[in-house]
Amino acid sequence: MINHIDVSSMLRKSVCELYSNLVTRPTGAAVRCEIEQELDRIGDRALTVIDFSHVGLLDFSCADEIVAKLLLQYVSLDAPRREVYFLFRGISESHTEAIEAVLERHKLALVTQHADGASRLIGIVGLEERRAWEIISHLGAGVSADVADVIGLSRDAAERMLDTLWRRRLLIRYDNAYVAVGSATGASAPTSLDT
Amino acid sequence: MTTIINVPHSLEDKSFELVLDQVAPLPLDEKIIVDTRHARWASPYGLTALLALAQSRAERPILYVPEAENVSSYWSRMDFFKHAAELYELQGRVRSTKAAETSVLLEVTSISKSDDVHNVVDKIQQKAQDALVKNLNLDAKITMRFTMALSEVCQNIIEHAGRGGWVAVQTYTWRVRLGGRKVVVIAVADPGIGFRQSLESAPGFQKKERWDDGQALEETVMRGASRFRDPGRGQGLAGVRRFVGNWDGKLSIRSGTARIAVLPKGDWDEDEPLVEDLSYFPGAQVQITIPERVA
Repeated sequence: MINHIDVSSMLRKSVCELYSNLVTRPTGAAVRCEIEQELDRIGDRALTVIDFSHVGLLDFSCADEIVAKLLLQYVSLDAPRREVYFLFRGISESHTEAIEAVLERHKLALVTQHADGASRLIGIVGLEERRAWEIISHLGAGVSADVADVIGLSRDAAERMLDTLWRRRLLIRYDNAYVAVGSATGASAPTSLDT
Repeated sequence: MTTIINVPHSLEDKSFELVLDQVAPLPLDEKIIVDTRHARWASPYGLTALLALAQSRAERPILYVPEAENVSSYWSRMDFFKHAAELYELQGRVRSTKAAETSVLLEVTSISKSDDVHNVVDKIQQKAQDALVKNLNLDAKITMRFTMALSEVCQNIIEHAGRGGWVAVQTYTWRVRLGGRKVVVIAVADPGIGFRQSLESAPGFQKKERWDDGQALEETVMRGASRFRDPGRGQGLAGVRRFVGNWDGKLSIRSGTARIAVLPKGDWDEDEPLVEDLSYFPGAQVQITIPERVA
């Protein structure tokens, strides 16, 4: 299922009805806890839209608490908490600055979706991995052969690369193919992850 | 025994050192009189540092208020006396005024908890937009970055100082430098544990061969060190550094006996990157200066 979490609502619910800015570490931690509780209510496999549209300011401390610490729990090469994918929406230019700084610090990456529906990968991703993600995103869904042919990798190497992107929750594994996070919300992609 | 501390006519970051040179040798419990009677001007740094100075004393000091009516009125408009009355024994006539001060983006404000930072950020956003874009000709993009920087330096008090501090923001025309260009200045001051002691409280901390306030400032400001093991820590000041770099601004942080400065690319400031062996003052005093953009 695709879930939608409005970060501004989480802020008002967890910290103060009057606040619209995400500043300070305690605020970020409280909002993240609220988001985690929402995530606990959904299934073990889900795509969640984290929507910053109504957030005014996001400072570095809050970006670290909300974005980085959330991803660190659900995005791991070894044992992620659950199969939860995140798509970040409503990210303004100033939000991006804070988010990119914390992604760099923790060597993380995520997918943002713009108002026109276009998705973009931000954070720390190798050049070939980024290219692979873009190929899958362009195709809507793809397999290792699609990536191997374009990048010039062996099928095995391409499969390992897609597997790594899946473990980082930047690609969704769907049947025997991969779908890029972001394109999964488009009309041509599957809208449910419950296979 | 009571010692009179003479405050210079113009009270800003550099001239405040003259105040500290007089205070630092005195025992904490010695009564002091801070004499601002002849003060003609004070920057946000000067006002916030005067409050931190009173907090740092064991014995409640006396403050002789400025004699000049316009100075006293201005300090009132900055809410200085509102806070000073709780920390000092005020002597002299405090002139109050109801007129708003358009150059003041944020009056002297107490910072001791997370909610204070929220309030500061909420309060300054619209004023910052007007001041930075209309008056200083800066790109509209700066407003959010400016507020982010303000938020981060205020949080340093809550996260590291161990006690409350002060923030103030103002625009003014810098007559001494910049050929009369306008600047916006954020000043944050606290009398807490300071950068060195904060780093020393980190689990497993080991002193280097050379370890002093200057080293602690370099580690924190230039290399992002933090007393927390969490690798996500230390990003706030790194972000502030990037911010001042992008807008040809200056970041200056004084703690203990040292002051570090991230200097502008332009030639409008001749400060040293690191000044050591200053008179001791507890806590941390931060100043961010962003100049007007000229064609």
